[in-house]
Amino acid sequence: MSRRIFSGPFLLFILCGTLIPLGVIAYYGITDRSGSFTLDNILAIASPEHSEALFLALLLALISTVICLLIAFPLGLILKDSRLGKKGFMVFIFILPMWMNFLLRTMAWQVLLERNGIINQLLDLVGLPHLDIINTPAAVVLGMVYDYLPFMVLPIYNALIKIDRHVIEAAYDLGASSPQVLLKVIAPLSLPGIVSGITMVFVPSLTTFAVSNMLGGGKVNLIGNIIEQEFTVSSNWNLGAGLSLVMMIFIVISMALIEKFDKNGEGNVL
Amino acid sequence: MALIELIDISKSFDGELVLDEFNLKIEENEFITLLGPSGCGKTTTLRILGGFETPDTGRVMFQGEDITHLEPNKRQINTVFQKYALFPHMNIADNIAFGLKISGKSKEYIKDKVKYALKLVNLSGYEKRSVDSLSGGQQQRIAIARAIVNEPRVLLLDEPLGALDLKLRQEMQYELIRLKNELGITFLYVTHDQEEALTMSDKVVVMNQGYIQQMGTPEEIYNEPENAFVADFIGDSNIIDGVMMEDRVVKICDHIFPCIDEGFGRKTPVDVVIRPEDVIIGRPGEGILDGVVTSNVFIGVHYEMCIEAGGFEWLAQNTVSYPVGAHVSIGVTPENIQIMNKPQSEDEEAMALDE
Repeated sequence: MSRRIFSGPFLLFILCGTLIPLGVIAYYGITDRSGSFTLDNILAIASPEHSEALFLALLLALISTVICLLIAFPLGLILKDSRLGKKGFMVFIFILPMWMNFLLRTMAWQVLLERNGIINQLLDLVGLPHLDIINTPAAVVLGMVYDYLPFMVLPIYNALIKIDRHVIEAAYDLGASSPQVLLKVIAPLSLPGIVSGITMVFVPSLTTFAVSNMLGGGKVNLIGNIIEQEFTVSSNWNLGAGLSLVMMIFIVISMALIEKFDKNGEGNVL
Repeated sequence: MALIELIDISKSFDGELVLDEFNLKIEENEFITLLGPSGCGKTTTLRILGGFETPDTGRVMFQGEDITHLEPNKRQINTVFQKYALFPHMNIADNIAFGLKISGKSKEYIKDKVKYALKLVNLSGYEKRSVDSLSGGQQQRIAIARAIVNEPRVLLLDEPLGALDLKLRQEMQYELIRLKNELGITFLYVTHDQEEALTMSDKVVVMNQGYIQQMGTPEEIYNEPENAFVADFIGDSNIIDGVMMEDRVVKICDHIFPCIDEGFGRKTPVDVVIRPEDVIIGRPGEGILDGVVTSNVFIGVHYEMCIEAGGFEWLAQNTVSYPVGAHVSIGVTPENIQIMNKPQSEDEEAMALDE
């Protein structure tokens, strides 16, 4: 009985940190300024401006997640097999940027990518054409990949190093070639890590407004930016909350899809 | 021609020599066991055969063909790993079918083969089970089934019973012998358990520090150990300093014992091996030398006693119990005395036999 006392603080946290704020958002989402019930804030997603922003956010989040995965998985394989004895160090190098403030890192890219930024100055030096991606979706994707890559690398690397070396040897022993081992043994066994990596990159990419603000220069409007503006510039909390609810639904759907995929992968175990 | 031949294999890890000019021939349809303490090079030998390690020098021949640098997936050899190494994300049927699917066998063939393999290891009906739901012994049998469905020429087994409890281990030993007889494939077995080696093998290779100490049938290894290491490693034994006075006469603990060994010269210091079950305990004066029982433990079939006699503590096993403190005599029949040359140096102690 006395053990229940220990769960008290956590229950309080769940109540104050999750349930109450969610309730407030939900309340604002389904009421108008005068406090009466309405679904307008939620249905507002159907307007071209909002649905385009949501679609663009989904698209950019998807692209950056895929790029992160394409970088992180091979990297994990290399780190796992490297016999340099510097495994820990290499991973450390990759997550080092995480120690710096997220906004600062994004701002650094802003400076780098500027029309007369360092990258273009260097390109000038060697006589190559300018890289004009600042204030475009490409720059936003670049920022997302740079900011969230460590969240993909870590879980995948952790899943990969947990695979029993003998299981991989057994696959070779049974006649499998390297691509077959990768496809039939290593990939399915690292799936839990891949799924958490995807989750940890996709969700913040989908909801971000800071990256698109700084690297999109107001020209790349994601659903996150619109929600932020409703809360700050327009002071229309009701519309912001309604759109937030819609986005939350999209995240839940995405997660459910990924979870289902994960279950299929591990389904054989059950 | 031998099925497999290891020629002058040397291998070191981080500057430490694990195998030194190692030579071994494995005949078709043999159950051969590499036996030795951990770090003796037995697992490395197995991994070189499986293709998971490349020797620094030397060659691996398979039916007269050099396979030293052939990748593991191209060898007609399958391995049963120490910790089973089953694929945790697949059910039992998929685990067993892995090799067959890779080699592109038909669905019907695979289904029949999986069924046959499961029957062979006494786990019929386990197709849909998950790896997690199986006990260690069952997982071990699946690992064996997964290897043998591919009809390898050679099955490598790396201490496959090490993680099982005693009773299961003994059951599995008989099962392995049965499998080997039914399948007619060559088994190369690695273990540090001398009982396992003696029970199952046609041929036992005793290894230490990367060298072969002795090679022979289990009877030869047990009854005629060629040096103190083998005698000590295989079963319990009394290894006593002795002097070979002349042919068929050895002096142990200042007492003359008749034996049957010849050709050691005169007054040559030797190691004498006497198995504890060969020590005959009698009333004082009846045997060759007298002593006092210093300990007595019942270990199942018989009592294991230590007898202080002639300045040496003799280990003796007998179905008759002699209480601690009892005055007894010790005797040994000549054919149960095994004489071995003393090693001249540390190096020679580990040295291979001159073949």
